[in-house]
Order: sequence, then structure tokens, then C-alpha cells
Amino acid sequence: MLKKLIEKSQIKSPWIVHYDCGSCNGCDIETLACLTPLYDVERFGVLNIGNPKHADVLLVTGTVNHRNKKVLKNIYDQMSDPKLIIAIGACGLSGGIFKEAYNVVGGVDKVIPVDVYVPGCPAKPEAIIDGVVEGLAKLGELQQQNKTDAIAS
Amino acid sequence: MSKTIIPFGPQHPVLPEPIHVSLTVEDEIVTEAVPAFGYVHRGLEKLAEKKDFNQMIQVVERVCGICSMIHAMCYCEGLETLMNVEVPRRAKLLRVIWSELHRIHSHLLWLGLYADAFGFESVFMQFWKIRERIMDINEATAGNRVIVSVNQVGGVRRDLSPSQLKWILDEITVVEKEMKSMESTMLNDYTVKKRTVGIGVLTREMAYELGASGPVLRASGIAQDMRQLKYEAFDELDFEPVVEQDGDCYARGVIRFRETMQSIDIVRQAISRLPQGDTFVKVKGKPEGEIVTRVEQPRGECLYYIKANKTKFLDRLRIRTPTFANIPPLAAMLPGIELADVPVVILSIDPCISCTER
Repeated sequence: MLKKLIEKSQIKSPWIVHYDCGSCNGCDIETLACLTPLYDVERFGVLNIGNPKHADVLLVTGTVNHRNKKVLKNIYDQMSDPKLIIAIGACGLSGGIFKEAYNVVGGVDKVIPVDVYVPGCPAKPEAIIDGVVEGLAKLGELQQQNKTDAIAS
Repeated sequence: MSKTIIPFGPQHPVLPEPIHVSLTVEDEIVTEAVPAFGYVHRGLEKLAEKKDFNQMIQVVERVCGICSMIHAMCYCEGLETLMNVEVPRRAKLLRVIWSELHRIHSHLLWLGLYADAFGFESVFMQFWKIRERIMDINEATAGNRVIVSVNQVGGVRRDLSPSQLKWILDEITVVEKEMKSMESTMLNDYTVKKRTVGIGVLTREMAYELGASGPVLRASGIAQDMRQLKYEAFDELDFEPVVEQDGDCYARGVIRFRETMQSIDIVRQAISRLPQGDTFVKVKGKPEGEIVTRVEQPRGECLYYIKANKTKFLDRLRIRTPTFANIPPLAAMLPGIELADVPVVILSIDPCISCTER
């Protein structure tokens, strides 16, 4: 029963951890703007939390570079399954305008698997909220998949 | 108690950006702070070899999303001087309008984050609510909320129609009214004062010696503002640098609050003096020579060094940003304070890590 409650609340009230992975701040302030009165994602139960161990959703903005790819991998590993990864902005998708720079590895998906891509330079708060809502449907699928895997094994 | 080393960052709840500080702590008191960098380094200056000088405008805008307009303005100003271009007066005033709008939204953003750092979440929400009006102006006039991309070598890409100007005036009047309603909370509240007065003091001499810039310097009693250089249209605008004497976190908050009001006033002045005319001139040829341009960002002095050799690509582009100048003062402020005050002091310099590391 407790398991059911956790599964339901994970969809109804996802906890988010945000990591700036070498972006220009544009997407970061738009991600923060989602939490403020005009967009107010708390009405969907979304809560921004600092600790990756408590979080269900990881929002990553910006390109991955050679120094922070370990940090990003570390945050990803600390999150418990099932987890949802959302890459935000053109840089997070492919490297964007910085793609040719020497210290840039590329998009977030070069280091960790990404579930939802939110385009834009910078992505608008509406687009980010849309990405999170779309991702939650995927999180439900992941939960189902985990269940069938558990039965099969 | 013996020494403990506590890592702060790169991923930390109060930090919107990754910076790492190793804090050496005895009991609850910080004795040493060593910052470490490189988490946001992309190598933008080197991109000048791969993208031509016009494309670089879009790249320098993305040095920092919060003050993107001011970066591009500084870069274009340098190139215009190298290419002997006389920018129309209207374009100069339009640049001032957009850059001051950027300063307002940056300071409002900081005031919110700062309140959040000492746990005053309702103030955070209020300031960000006020800020959305400025973002609406950006979106309506330039087509994008954060990176407005209005600059080009020789002027600005977009013009403001009379109805838009009237609407901007109406909106900033509302912003001013809402800011005034926040004044007593931000400046006189017991909780705010308890967490900020006397914390992270930077004396006048230290600020000068360590090379602080922007609000950090002005909060320590030195009236230095790059807008005094009268770049763009600041020669005809009436303005005095905002100065506070105490040099603590509270003074830095007051500076930013007052500067927001001042920027609203500058936008009003610029709109009232806006002449008719072109918004850009056609530019021919390639830049040659070297130049240093300096402008005032929301966080302090921003310096661009451009070296060009009459080809499409620049020889060298060097960017020095205000947060880089404010890191040594930060390292001097941290020893001697309590661990719980560290987030407040770090945020009080308004760190912009993506500027610093580029």
C-alpha cells in the first residue's frame, strides 16, 4: 500500500532538483521563474528541492564540459529510481552556440540518458512547464515498466 | 574543536550556479575560504577564431544571460570605434533604455535570490513577481524574454514605437510603485536586519586594495561607476552613483534597491529625450587595430579588449567581468563569519559564475 502511495505521489507531486551545467544563466533564471507567482508550478505540486537524493526529476540546463561531467554523473547516480531527466535549452540539447568551443563535450545526453528535451535559447517558462508535464507521463510508464521487470525477475 | 573542511557547492540549494568553496571551519566560525572554478568554463574567447565578428555578437550575449544586452553593447561599441562608425543618437538612447531595463531586472532577480538565501521566501516571490513586468517589456519589444539581442554593429536592430514607449512608461511606473511598497520590508524589517547588518564587512581600504567593483565597491563608500565615463548616451542623462558607507551585506542590499529606482529614472529620462531618426547606419569594411571598452554591468565594471587585423575574424577577444574582480573581496569577507551566514555573504556580491568563467 505504501508503495502505491509513493508511486501516486511521485506523479502528483514531483520533487525537482535543478543543476546548472555550464549554461549562460538564461535557462536557469527561466527555470527559477517557473517557481514564482506568474507561472507558479507549485499548483501542479512541483517542489524545488536542493537534495538529489530526495528528487524525482532532474532539470539540467546548459552544455556539459570536461570539468562538470563528473558532477552531473554524480548527481544522476545519487537520485533514486525511477527518475526523470529533462534537458533544457539549445545548449542542453546539442551544445547550441557553444558547440565548437574547446571545453564543451556537447549535449547532456552524452553523459546521462535524457527523457525529455526542451528547446529554446533560452527556453521559455511555458516550455519548461510543458516539458515537466510531458515528462510526468513518461515517469508513469517507467513505474509500470519497473513493475513488470520486478515480476519477470 | 579541531578544524573541519566543509565543501560548499558546486551543486547547492542556494546557488543557482555551480561554484565550489572549500570552507575551513572551527566550531561554527569560518577561518579560511578557498574558491575553485571551472564548472561553467566553455571557452568563448577562443570562439572568436571560428565565428566572424558579426556572429560573435550572438556569442558574447551568451557570456551571461542576465546582462546579455550590456555585453553585446560593450562589444559593439568597441567595434564601432575601430571602424569609425558614428552611431545615430536615437540608437544610443535606445541602447540605454534596454540596458537599464536589464539592470532593473537583474537587480530585482538578485533582491529575490538574496531574500531567499536568508529564508525570506515571500519577499523572493514578491520581487520576482515585480520582475515579470520587465520581462514582459523585453518580450514585447525585442521578441525574447532574457536574451534580447537588439545590438548590431552600427546601431540597434529594433525600434520602439510611440505606443510602446508609452506602455513602457506606464509599466515602469507600476514597477516603481510596487518597489516602494517593498521598501519597508526589504530595508527596515527586523529579520532582514538581523541577518545582514554587520555581516561580511568590507572596509573602504580593503575594497579599494582588492579591486572590488560595482555595488560591492559602492557599498564600501567609493563612488565609482563606469557610467560616469559617459559611454553611449550617458553624457546627456542626469545621474549620480549610489553610495553607501557601511560595506556590509545590508549596505549592498540597499545599494541594489536604490539603483533599481535610479535605473527607472534613467529609463524615463532616456525616453523623454529620444529624438527622431535612424536606428542604425550601414557599416562597411573590416575592423582594424586594438581597443578597450568599459561599461557598467549590474554587477560592476565589464571590460572588453578587442584586437582586429582587417579580416573577418578577430585576433583576440578578452573579456573581464565584474564577478571575477569581486572574488578576492569575497575570499576576504568570509573568514570570521558563522557558517550559517556563508550563503548570504556569497550571494551579496551577486556572483555570476558564467560571466567569470565564460
